[in-house]
This record gives sequence, C-alpha cells and structure tokens, in this order.
Amino acid sequence: MANLASSLAGITSPNPFWLASAPPTNSGYQVLRAFEAGWGGVVWKTLGTPITNVSSRFAGFDYKQHRMVGMNNIELITDRPLQDNLLEIRACKKAFPDRAIVASLMEVCEQKAWHELVKRVQEEAIDGFELNFGCPHGMSERGMGAAVGQHPDLIAQVTEWVKEVARVPVIVKLTPNITDIREPARAARLGGADAVSMINTINSLMGVDLGTWNPIPNVDGMSSHGGYCGPAVKPIALNMVNCCARDSGVNLPISGIGGVETWQDAVEFLVLGATNVQVCTAVMHHGFRIIDQLISGLNGYLDERGIASVTGIIGAASSKVTTWENLNLNYAIVAQIDQETCIHCSKCYIACEDAAHQCIDRTIVDGVAMLRIDQDHCVGCNLCMMVCPVDNCIEMLAVDNGLPAESWKQRVERNT
Amino acid sequence: MTLGDSIHKPLSDMEVSIEANRCLYCYDAPCMAACPTHIDVASFINNIATGNMKGSAHDILLANPMGASCARVCPTDELCEGACVYHADDTPIRIGDLQRYSIDWVMRTGTKLFTAGKPTGKSVAIVGGGPAGLSAARDLRLLGHAVTIFEAHTQLGGLNTYGIVPFRLSTEVALWEAQQVVDLGVDVRTGVRIGEDLSVASLLSEYDALVLACGMGGVPPLGLPGEELAGVWDALDFIERAKTGGEIPDLGNHVAVIGAGNTAIDALTCAKRMGSDHVTMYYRRGESEMTAYEFEYTFAKQEGIEFRFFCLPVGFHGTNNHVREAEFVRTEVRDGSVMRIAGSEFREPVSAVIRAIGQSRLVQTLQAFGIDSDGGVVRVDDALQTTRPGVFAAGDCIYEKGSREAMVVEAAQQGKTVAQSVHTHLLTGAAHG
Ligand SMILES: Cc1cc2nc3c(=O)[nH]c(=O)nc-3n(C[C@H](O)[C@H](O)[C@H](O)COP(=O)(O)OP(=O)(O)OC[C@H]3O[C@@H](n4cnc5c(N)ncnc54)[C@H](O)[C@@H]3O)c2cc1C
Ligand SMILES: Cc1cc2nc3c(=O)[nH]c(=O)nc-3n(C[C@H](O)[C@H](O)[C@H](O)COP(=O)(O)O)c2cc1C
Ligand code: SF4
Repeated sequence: MANLASSLAGITSPNPFWLASAPPTNSGYQVLRAFEAGWGGVVWKTLGTPITNVSSRFAGFDYKQHRMVGMNNIELITDRPLQDNLLEIRACKKAFPDRAIVASLMEVCEQKAWHELVKRVQEEAIDGFELNFGCPHGMSERGMGAAVGQHPDLIAQVTEWVKEVARVPVIVKLTPNITDIREPARAARLGGADAVSMINTINSLMGVDLGTWNPIPNVDGMSSHGGYCGPAVKPIALNMVNCCARDSGVNLPISGIGGVETWQDAVEFLVLGATNVQVCTAVMHHGFRIIDQLISGLNGYLDERGIASVTGIIGAASSKVTTWENLNLNYAIVAQIDQETCIHCSKCYIACEDAAHQCIDRTIVDGVAMLRIDQDHCVGCNLCMMVCPVDNCIEMLAVDNGLPAESWKQRVERNT
Repeated sequence: MTLGDSIHKPLSDMEVSIEANRCLYCYDAPCMAACPTHIDVASFINNIATGNMKGSAHDILLANPMGASCARVCPTDELCEGACVYHADDTPIRIGDLQRYSIDWVMRTGTKLFTAGKPTGKSVAIVGGGPAGLSAARDLRLLGHAVTIFEAHTQLGGLNTYGIVPFRLSTEVALWEAQQVVDLGVDVRTGVRIGEDLSVASLLSEYDALVLACGMGGVPPLGLPGEELAGVWDALDFIERAKTGGEIPDLGNHVAVIGAGNTAIDALTCAKRMGSDHVTMYYRRGESEMTAYEFEYTFAKQEGIEFRFFCLPVGFHGTNNHVREAEFVRTEVRDGSVMRIAGSEFREPVSAVIRAIGQSRLVQTLQAFGIDSDGGVVRVDDALQTTRPGVFAAGDCIYEKGSREAMVVEAAQQGKTVAQSVHTHLLTGAAHG
C-alpha cells in the first residue's frame, strides 16, 4: 500500500481527496458521512452572510445515455447562520481530528468585514481558509466572488487583508472566467496566499425548453447564467492547473478542481502539478462512496509502478507541457488498423474522408467493408483512432523519417 | 459439444467496456441485496469501468470467497440479474459474466488479494472442504485463527470439484479457488472421513471449535424392483465419474433420467455430451411443475434432451444383471396429487438409468457429532451453532428444502456467517460441550 498522506501548504490529510466547497459540504451531518466514507478533507460550503437561494437551481448536461457529463448551477453560498456552521465544524473536527477542514469564505470588499469573519471562524480548530473569488453568478452582482477574482488588484488586496489576521494557511480559489489564469494566480501570491485552488465554475447557460422557451434551470419562467462544472470541464481545469504549475510568478502549491470523478482524473491533476484534488459534481452524482474507487484505484496505480508515496507523482509530467513553438515538427506517426479486431463499422473511413485527409481506403470484400490506412498520406492526426469504437483497434505508429528533431522556433532561427 | 466445452464464453474487452459502462451504479443497488453474499455489485462494476481490476476483484472476493465458482454456477437470473433495474426490459447487466471477467483476471495475473490475520492462538477444525467449509476457512484465517480442514475426498472443493458438471464448472477453477484459501495457511487433511477414519471425540479434544460443513449424501434409492441392476446410476456418482474421468461402462444410446430438478438436468446434459443418442427425462408430473430453473430447462432443450411427462417408474428389468428395460405407469395430477392411471403400464428399452431425485442426508455423520437434526437437517440457531455448544454448521447440511434450491452462494454466505460466530465464540472463551 502506497502512502497517500498529503500536505497542501502545511494542511495535512490522510489522502489527497478533498470535497470542494459546495452542496456536499453544506452541513456537519454530510461532512461526518464523508469522513466516515474516507474522504481526506473538506472545504466547507462557503461561509459569509447567509443568502436566500432560488428553486430550481441545478441543471444537467446529458450526452446521449450519459447523465450529467456537465452540470450548471445558480446556487449561492451558505444559506445557514454562521454560528450553526461553526458549531458543526467543531463537532466534525473533534470526531475526525486527522482530516482537513478548510473554511471557505466570502465577504464584501472591506478590510474590517474580512478581518471580523476570519477572526470569528478561526476560533474553531480549522486547518485553513479558502477565499472564494470564484462564484460566477449572484454573488458577483453584489461585488463578491468572481467580481473579485476577475480583478488581480482586488485579489491581492483582499488576500493581504486576510493574511494580516489569519493564523492558518490561506488558499485562494480562482475563477476560470478570465483571459489568462496566471494573472489572478500571481496576484494571489503577491497578496501572500499560501496556495491557490482552481477552478471554480465556468459561465454557462444550460439550455432552453423547446416547448415553453423557458431557459434551464427555470425559476418561474426565467433563468440567469450559472456555473458549469463536472467531467466536461476537466480539460479546461487541467490546462489552468498546469499553466500555474509551470509559472515562476505563481510558484504556489495548487489544489486541483474541476471534473474529478475517477482515480485516473486525480492522477492527471497530480502529475500535471496539483498537490491534491477537490471533488464536487461526482459526489453530487454518485454520493460519498466514490472515495473507495478513488483511494483503491490510486493505491493500485502507485503500487504497480513501485511509487511509495503519492507525493512522488506531483508535477511529474508538468514539464512535458510546453508552448507550441517548441514541439518537434519532424516527429511523424501514422494510423494502423488491426484487421483482427476491426468490426467494419466504417466510422474511421467517413471521419477521415469528410473531415481529415482522405487516407482510408474502403473496399467491399464479400459484402464486408475492409478498411486500410494509406500510410503514405496519413498525417497522424488521431481522428480515426478517436472515433473507432473498439479499444486499441486503431494504433498510431511512429515512423522513422530520418529527420532530426526540429521545432518551429528552431526552424525560424535557422532561417534567419 | 463435449464434456469439457464450457457453456461460458468469455467476454471480449469491448463487451466488458460496454456492459460495465451501461451499469447505472445504482445506490443501495437491488442486485447487491439479491446476492446472498451481498457483493457490492455496483462498486465492482464501477471499478471495472474505471480500469481498477484489483479493486473490482477485491470487492467480489471479500464478500464471496467462492466468487470464481459463483460466477459460473449461480442462477443469476434468480439472483442479482433478476433484481437488476434493467431486468424488466429483459436487458439486465450481465453481472455474472462481468464477475467472471474480474476473477479470471485474478487467475491470470496471480494477484494476491488477502493476507491472514495476526495469530490468535485459537484453532478450528472444519469437517468438509466444499464451498461452505472453504468460505468459513477463508474468513477464519483472515481473523487469525488456525484452521484445519478434514475432507473425505482426495481433493478439496466438495460438489464444485465432484458434483457440478464440467461444462458448467471445470475442476481446474474449483481447485484454483480452494487453493486461494489454502494459500492463506490452512492445514488440509484430505482422504479423512470424520466419524470413520477419525473420531469426533478426538477433534473435540484437539480444537477450540468445530465447523460441520459436510453437505448432503448421494441420491436416495427409488425403492423399486430391479434398482440394483448394473447400469442404474446415482446421478451424483455418475457426474463425479464423468468429471474425474472415472469409468462408466455401457452408457449406451438410450439413457433414462428419473427426476426433474437441476440435478436431473445436469445428469441429462452430461449423458448427452458423453455421446448417447437418446437421453430422455421421465417425470411423474407435468412441465409446469418441474423444479429445474427455466433457463436450465431451456438449456437442456438446446442440448437435444427429450422429455416425457406424467410417467412414474415402477420397476426395471434386465438380462445378465444389466438393466435393459424401464417400466413406467402413466399418471395424472389431481388436486396436486399424482394418480396412477390403471392399466397404462408400458416399457421402454434403456441402456442406462440415472436416478436424480434429490440428495439424502448424512444421518450417521450427524449422529457421530451428537447433534440434533430434523429429518437429517442439522438444527442450528441464528448464529449457526448446533445443539452442541462450540459445534457450528454451515452449507447444505443445514439446507432445508424450501422455496430455493441449495446453492454454492448460500453455502458461501453461511461459511462467512459461521466464521464470525466462531470468532465471537472463541473471543468470549466458552468451551464446547
Ligand atoms: C448435481 C448438482 C449440481 C449443482 N449445481 C449447482 C449450480 O449450478 N449452482 C449452485 O449454486 N449450486 C449447485 N448445486 C448445489 C451446490 O453444489 C451445493 O449447494 C454446495 O456445494 C454446498 O456446499 P457445501 O460445502 O455445503 O457441501 P458440499 O459441496 O457437498 O461439500 C461437502 C464436503 O464435505 C465432505 N464430507 C462429507 N462428510 C464428511 C466427513 N464425515 N468427513 C470429512 N469430509 C466430509 C464431502 O466429501 C464434501 O467434499 C448443485 C448440486 C448438485 C448435487
Ligand atoms: C451547486 C454548486 C454550488 C457550489 N457552491 C460553491 C461555493 O459555495 N463555494 C465555492 O467555492 N465553490 C462552489 N462551487 C464550485 C465547486 O466547489 C467546484 O469548484 C466546481 O464545482 C468544480 O468542481 P467539480 O467539477 O468537481 O464539480 C459550487 C458548485 C456547485 C455545483
Ligand atoms: S435533489 Fe430533488 S428532492 Fe433533493 S432537494 Fe433537490 S430537488 Fe429536492
């Protein structure tokens, strides 16, 4: 069994799986259930002045038979009194002292208000703060959440106020609704943050009912834009995490959030530079029990590779991501179809024919479509492999073209 | 089709991926409740879907030490798959097949999933190395108790090794499964029949607790004239020989099987696959009253078995001490009772007859243990303790004929229960009487 113990800016937890600040961390009852199930830590549902929510407030993005490939919400921060939340935090910490409890906070942009909230909350034995500069709806209209997260100077300012009084590590949670994620992350560092977490939800509108023209989710015939999350946002989150991990101006530990559902997702976040991961949608979909799969899958993966501790993979693939200009232009691959496992569906053929480079030959032999790659013309784009429904049937093979590695940057330099 | 051709076609990786991802991952899933060992089916399938084979196998085998054989012999249509939320649409998730895929992975990779617990200094003797005894042994080892299995046969596995037809469950899988238990550090004494080769008293003095898991006996006699003729077989003896490559002389081309349960189906299909042209089931009631599962009946029809209903055997006739004819009388069922139709006797030429009317009880063994039984069914309390303190029982020996057939999976669950009871008993330090 590998050692899964994790530490984010000094906040320790027995495993790197935390619940993100969201409905699963609404109450002590839920957090106790999560800890019993095995979650390493939680970021409590954002604390602040209690709000009133609307109903309905969630909507799912389904893809064919698959429910909730993405999810959108127009929920706000906690709707429960601060005192109630704090008492429950105390009980949870007492029952599970080894787990991380981080308090997510949101306040108006005033030094005094932030000081008061931080001081009040840290009377409890919390392990850290997470500043919610990400909520993209409702709270932003009141000058909070993403309204702060979209202004690097405000991020630096509020973080500084919090650091003036905080006795525990401070994580700044970033909104993805910006142009370059590194800017707000650098601002968090300037303000003295101990870590950053990303991503909060992405601006989205889930859809419209075709009969009534009511937007979804529907609140008395109307809707507003909401925050998008779940499996579909993972690639966006991975990119943002990795951009920050590689940036010397950020240089802070990262808690990776966005679309984590399986242990494989978690491994991707970790090797691309996250120190731990947070999960919301997957738990809203399946319940706390997915922690079994996350832990045993990660354990198996590390054991198989002979890696003793989960810390051994943090950022392991981070430097493999670079800018386009550094990629080797002379690296060549071509597709190859395994005739043994091919089910003759011709999906690769039509994809290449209509949308790639017309290099799959299709001939009907005894009524069956036989598919072959014209490897002399294949550009190695991957499309046929992506559409093939049979695992490993189409393989991309490296071809030796005898050319030395050369990037665009090197080519430009050579030609000037 | 030969005896060795498995009825189970392994799933391809693609079928597994489609099937595993089709699973809804229900919460508090009905399949889990329907499995007598309560395997967390949704979790093991979710683990397959996410490429976590070790986690999936662990889910299965922790709940069911007989997970390999159960993936082949469980009547899944009556159990997990019958409870699947897709069952109403006739497209239940192929849980049994996915389970086989997972355990086949363990067999192929040799992955070790369990280790014995810290030694407790207590010792337990288990009488009978079938599914019940093996399950009890596995869990007792996980709890750290020393375990010795006494088994009358030369190999472990019980009916899995000797009684379930090879095309349903191969000897290889049955023995592999038993070996997984033995590998946890179980002392095995095969070829020892307790009550004959070794006394119950000596076990009682040597071990801190006893588990009786001796199963049931052979097929009881029909009590008909001519039954002693050569060529009249006990179904279990017949299947055992077929499975272990023992000699079966003169099966011939007209085999009559008496009975209509699952054992009868096994004997019928076994004889057919051994090459007999005409293999016929004779049953004293009608088709609708057959006790065999519907899918078993369908399977038998596919294998080319012939069926004769409303026929009651009344005797067997032979020459040179070998059966040549079976005599039947026609019946009708009135108010649930079988009535003979006077004057309707007829004879059928037969080359062999197989009796398959259920199993007898090992009354002598139970007497040797000095425990109470009801018609040969060992009497136990909720903790599966017999009337003799410190002596527990599990599996077919406590099986009461009822709504359900005796099953490997029930034996496995009782083995687990008995291990927990023995553990509690040993911790509280009570002595056996
Ligand atoms: C023909 C047939 C087909 C079946 N098919 C299926 C099926 O498809 N699916 C299914 O789920 N179930 C099936 N069953 C039922 C299933 O095999 C049993 O329910 C299961 O094997 C019971 O396990 P057990 O450990 O209690 O008994 P057994 O498997 O009978 O094992 C008992 C063991 O105890 C040993 N023993 C007995 N007395 C002594 C003694 N005095 N000393 C030492 N050892 C002793 C025996 O040799 C035997 O190995 C079938 C049964 C039969 C007969
Ligand atoms: C209904 C809902 C409410 C949320 N509320 C909060 C919140 O109060 N504070 C916060 O920081 N993030 C909130 N989030 C964002 C999540 O913490 C998380 O950043 C986001 O959902 C991405 O992770 P996921 O893909 O695992 O869901 C909320 C998300 C959802 C779906
Ligand atoms: S999940 Fe359903 S029942 Fe529960 S609060 Fe939401 S709408 Fe209501």
